[in-house]
Amino acid sequence: MQDEPRAPEIIGVVRTFLQERIAPCLEGREAFDLRVAVRALELVERELAIAPRAHHEEAQRLEKLLGASGSLGELNRRLIEFIATDADPLGNAALMRHLWKTTADKLAVDQPRYAAFVASQAHIESLIAQEARTEREER
Amino acid sequence: MRRRAQGKRVQTEGMDLSDEARVIAIVREAGVPAPEVEYVLSTEDGLGDGFIMHRIEGETIPARILREPRFGSARQVMARQCGEILARIHRVKIEALPPLGAFDADSEVDRLTRSVETGANPRPVFVLALRWLRQNRPVEEGRRVLTHGDFRMGNLMIGEEGIRAVLDWELARIGDPMSDLAWLCVPSWRFGRIDQPVGGVGVREDLFVAYEAASGKRVDRAAVRFWEVVGALRWGLICESNLAALRNEQPISVERAVIARRSSETEIDLLRYMAGLE
Repeated sequence: MQDEPRAPEIIGVVRTFLQERIAPCLEGREAFDLRVAVRALELVERELAIAPRAHHEEAQRLEKLLGASGSLGELNRRLIEFIATDADPLGNAALMRHLWKTTADKLAVDQPRYAAFVASQAHIESLIAQEARTEREER
Repeated sequence: MRRRAQGKRVQTEGMDLSDEARVIAIVREAGVPAPEVEYVLSTEDGLGDGFIMHRIEGETIPARILREPRFGSARQVMARQCGEILARIHRVKIEALPPLGAFDADSEVDRLTRSVETGANPRPVFVLALRWLRQNRPVEEGRRVLTHGDFRMGNLMIGEEGIRAVLDWELARIGDPMSDLAWLCVPSWRFGRIDQPVGGVGVREDLFVAYEAASGKRVDRAAVRFWEVVGALRWGLICESNLAALRNEQPISVERAVIARRSSETEIDLLRYMAGLE
C-alpha cells in the first residue's frame, strides 16, 4: 500500500501552485498553455475519483451483456466484434444503455461541461430507470 | 502568405498549394468570397510550394465570433450566407478545375472503417456508428460537384456585416454537395450552442432554405444527416490521432495531448444522432 498523501492530494497541491504562483508570472502563449495544463490536471483528478467505480461497473455490464469474462480491454474487443457482426445492434436496448452509461462516465472525466453531455442528462437518467425496471422484472 | 517548406509535406490529406491557388481563383470568379491570390511561388523563388494572398481584415476565432456583441448582426445572417455561398461553390464547372480527389458515401464509410479499425482505443460507439452509416446511406446517389471539404467555423472570416471570406481550400474534392452543408452542422463547431447547429449561429432550416433558393436544388435532409454522422465520426478520429502524436513525436504541446481526450465528445454526439436526439 502506497503511503499518504494520496495521488489526488498531491495533484491538488501542484495545481494550486501552478494557478496561484506561476500563472500570474506568465503571458501570451505560455499563459494559455498553463491554463490548458491546469485543466489537464483537473481531468486527472476527476479520473482518479471516477474511473475505478466506472471501470468496475463497465466490466460488470459487459460480462452480463456478452456472457463472457476477461479484462476490460478484452471485453471491449469482444463487444466490438458483437456490434460489427450482430444482426441488429442498433435495436438492442441493453447494448444502447451500456454504451450511453459508458460514454457518460467517460464524459464525466473528460469534459463534464460539454453541452451535449449536459443536455443528455435526462435521456441518460431515463435509461438508468429503464434498466432498473428491467432488472426488477428479471427477478 | 501560405507556404510549405521545400520537400516537406505537412498535411498528407490536402492538395498542392499551386492547385489550391487555382481553385481559389476559379471559385472567386464564381462569386465566392475568398482571398485574392496575388502570386504563386515558383521554383526560382526558392521558397518551396506556396502562394501570396491579398490581405483581408476579419475574425476567424469562433469563440469571439459567437460571443462578441460587435458580431451580433453577422450572427443573424451567417446561416443564410453559408447557404448562398455553398450554392455558388457547388455550381462551379468541374472541368475547369485542377485534378481533385473524389469521394462518395461508400468510399467515405470505407475510409472511416479502416481508420476505426486501426485506431489506438477500442471504440464500440464508433463501430456502431459505422453500422448506422451503412444502414442509412443516402438513397439517391448525390450529385458530383466541387465541395470545399472543410467548410466550418474557423475557416470562415467574419466582419461585423457577415462573411468576408472562405479560407483553407486544400481539402476541396469532388463529391456530394450535401457533405458540405453537413460538416458545417457537426456538433463540434457549435462551441456550446447545441441548439444552433449551423456553427453555433443558426438553425439548419435557415441554411437549407437559403441554399435551395440560391441553387434551385432541393436539400436532401436525410443525406445531410448521414453526412453529419460521417463528420462527427471523422472529427472523433482526428482528435484521437493526437494520441499517436503524443506517443511518437516528442515534445508535444499540452493542448494537443489533451485533445485526444475529446474523442469522447464525438461519442456522445454520435449516440445522440443514433437516438434521434440530434
